[in-house]
Amino acid sequence: MAFEKDFNLDVTELRLGLPGTSEESEKQASTTLRISNKRAMPDMNEDSSVAADKKCDQETAPPTKAQVVGWPPIRSYRKNSLQTKKTEAETCGMYVKVSMDGAPYLRKIDLKMYKGYPELLKALEEMFKFKVGKYSEREGYNGSEFVPTYEDKDGDLMLVGDVPWEMFINSCKRLRIMKGSEARGLGCVV
Amino acid sequence: MMNYFPDEVLEHVFDFITCHKDRNSVSLVCKSWHRIERYSRRRVFIGNCYSISPERLIARFPGVKSLTLKGKPHFADFNLVPYDWGGFVYPWIKVLAETGIGLEELRLKRMVVSDESLELISKTFVNFQSLVLVSCDGFSADGLAAIAANCRFLRELDLQENEVDDHRGHWLSCFPESCTSLVSLNFACLKGEVNLGALERLVSRSPNLKSLRLNRSVPLDTLQKLLMRAPQLVDLGIGSYVHDPSSEASNKLKHAIQRCKSIMSLSGFLEVAPRCMSAIYPICGNLTTLNLSYAPGIHGNKLTKLIQHCRKLQRLWILDCIGDKGLGVVASTCKELQELRVFPSDPFGAGNDAVTEEGLVLVSAGCPKLNSLLYFCQQMTNAALITVAKNCPNFIRFRLCILDPVRPDPVTNQPLDEGFGAIVQSCKRLKRLSLSGLLTDQVFLYIGMYAEQLEMLSIAFAADSDKGMLYVLNGCKKLRKLEIRDCPFGNAALLEDVGKYETMRSLWMSSCEVTLGGCKTVAEMMPSLNVEIINESDQTEFNLDDGQKVDKMYLYRTLVGHRKDAPESVWILGDLTRSEHHEPSLNDMIQDMKLKNVSGDDDFIIWESNNFKLQGNFSVYGYNPFIFFFHPVVGLGVVASSCKELQELRVFPSAVFGAGNDVVTEEGLIRR
Repeated sequence: MAFEKDFNLDVTELRLGLPGTSEESEKQASTTLRISNKRAMPDMNEDSSVAADKKCDQETAPPTKAQVVGWPPIRSYRKNSLQTKKTEAETCGMYVKVSMDGAPYLRKIDLKMYKGYPELLKALEEMFKFKVGKYSEREGYNGSEFVPTYEDKDGDLMLVGDVPWEMFINSCKRLRIMKGSEARGLGCVV
Repeated sequence: MMNYFPDEVLEHVFDFITCHKDRNSVSLVCKSWHRIERYSRRRVFIGNCYSISPERLIARFPGVKSLTLKGKPHFADFNLVPYDWGGFVYPWIKVLAETGIGLEELRLKRMVVSDESLELISKTFVNFQSLVLVSCDGFSADGLAAIAANCRFLRELDLQENEVDDHRGHWLSCFPESCTSLVSLNFACLKGEVNLGALERLVSRSPNLKSLRLNRSVPLDTLQKLLMRAPQLVDLGIGSYVHDPSSEASNKLKHAIQRCKSIMSLSGFLEVAPRCMSAIYPICGNLTTLNLSYAPGIHGNKLTKLIQHCRKLQRLWILDCIGDKGLGVVASTCKELQELRVFPSDPFGAGNDAVTEEGLVLVSAGCPKLNSLLYFCQQMTNAALITVAKNCPNFIRFRLCILDPVRPDPVTNQPLDEGFGAIVQSCKRLKRLSLSGLLTDQVFLYIGMYAEQLEMLSIAFAADSDKGMLYVLNGCKKLRKLEIRDCPFGNAALLEDVGKYETMRSLWMSSCEVTLGGCKTVAEMMPSLNVEIINESDQTEFNLDDGQKVDKMYLYRTLVGHRKDAPESVWILGDLTRSEHHEPSLNDMIQDMKLKNVSGDDDFIIWESNNFKLQGNFSVYGYNPFIFFFHPVVGLGVVASSCKELQELRVFPSAVFGAGNDVVTEEGLIRR
């Protein structure tokens, strides 16, 4: 069958990415998943003409993996609940623990509530009643004995503010506000 | 000899025969056995609700107490069937209710269940005990409320993977205080909140409760209370499982779980914080069934650690984030494993943790009792399948789904014919097989040759020619269900042996090469089959050219002819009311117009024929009333749609007025 051959070409095509993926399928995955629940291959056949045209379309413009209706053969109920879980993972809060040296107990904040570093630092300042110094890339936080740090995915203690915000919230596992002599070891003027 | 025994003795003997296939055999022995068997039959299984009617069911089995019905074809699960295709349970309930059947148990799969049906069940069948709905739709929480409120002796309410319209939780409160008979309650598929207090009280007053499956909305502290009240549970489905392992709530939960020494089946974890899994370890040693396929939150180390505690597992449903290594842990831990299902956690991406042929080989080596498999994977090799076939000759169900549907063996770049061939040759008891990957006609040759016990076969994106389908139809003597999509099978294969289809439950073919003409031929030759052509749901016109390829065809044997509840998108071949065009029959049109006797007027068109004489008056949109040259059928169609006030109709041949070339025969008009 014509489009079977095209499938094979897809498989042997040189491209970046893991075997079994295609760039379009990843981009379109979320949209076509919803679309394919209702109609067959909507992108290829907009008009509601007869079955003949549809079959022709199938043969001349073979669907990518993501657009094949009913494939992989998973019950709609299961597909839908996976989809819900994915969206929820994206929308639910990103709560991380915040500790402050010397404080009796920790707090938790939702990193997703903040748009950037200034808001985050302000919130921390209000929560723990302290003030951070002025941030500069070269010197870190200057002017205060409190320094905001965080533990990243690898378990390392990092200075808050060095990386772009998006990268930060995706790698931050917990926050720690260091105080006093310990803090001076990090980012201080050399 | 047996004829010398009184009927009661035979009946008593037959009581011991519970399997419906055996009972069917018993009923074929002789007339008196047939008679005794049919009066004593309590459980009836109907694999296709359109193969028989409720009236005939009751006529044969007047003592039926338990009914199992299946509706939509299997591919409906994958959105290949329009939502309104059919499978309505209401007509069944109505007839059962009207004939005074004492229904106690109803099990439905892929059927449309309205709230009205549920209400009717709850109010009619006094002794109703068990409702099991699998992959059904059409009902809401209101229907459930009726069941809860009215079924005084309800033992089982089991909802599995249904699409429920409304998720309000009030139905749980509708169980009266007097209801203490519950044995099984499964509402995991409901998405809404439930009344937690009502749930706790219900569980408290149900001493026989053995199976409880909760939905996501049930929080941890409620779970803990429920477990304290029901330590006798055998089957538990956890809803929300999020807690801080060091908290008081967590300790209480651990204590409650440890009291449940009978739990053998565990599922759910619809919302989970994986760090808390250690609380479950104490009961893992007894588990025979574990379903984590809705818990993507449990993966990696947490998952494998959990599995390492489950040494007695017989059935495991898991997501592919377990990875090949995780399957290795399964292989070394679960020596009693019989059934494994590995579902994709991300159907369209390529998870790094997704499984390959390696995982399957490991499980086959470690779990020799494996007999049932559903495996979604990234890739498969012939070598792996051959090894699996050698390690596990006991497969009854073997369903492999390679996510890229035409992927060859990545090592050799060959089709997977040899691998699947090894499976069918080695597994002599194989009853169900699903194929995927790059496949030629060769694999079907093997299937036809070796798969002697095969009852159900699912094929997608495979084969090179009609030969593939022919090998299967000729070889698999016990085939009952064949479903095919996107294969180059055409009329030659379809028409080779149409009698075969009468020995099967159903045949599905979509996106193949069969034409309308081919399907019509089957319908003409086999009046005992319903041949349905299913159109895309947004198309109402059927292309009438016999040479036209058919998008979807579903045929099934039936004793009761064409069903009357098919929607617009379904055309049952041979159906006179839908033969050439969508035009209604004359009778239909007359019904529409609500004809009655009225005195005449000036503007009329009259036609007299031998069989009917109607008189009336009307004006036809777009036509001169004195129409002698309009096509009566089209004209009548126009009349029907535009003259809603029409009360009488007279149609005379145009020859009366001395003109007109179009003459319609009476036969043509009646047919229409």
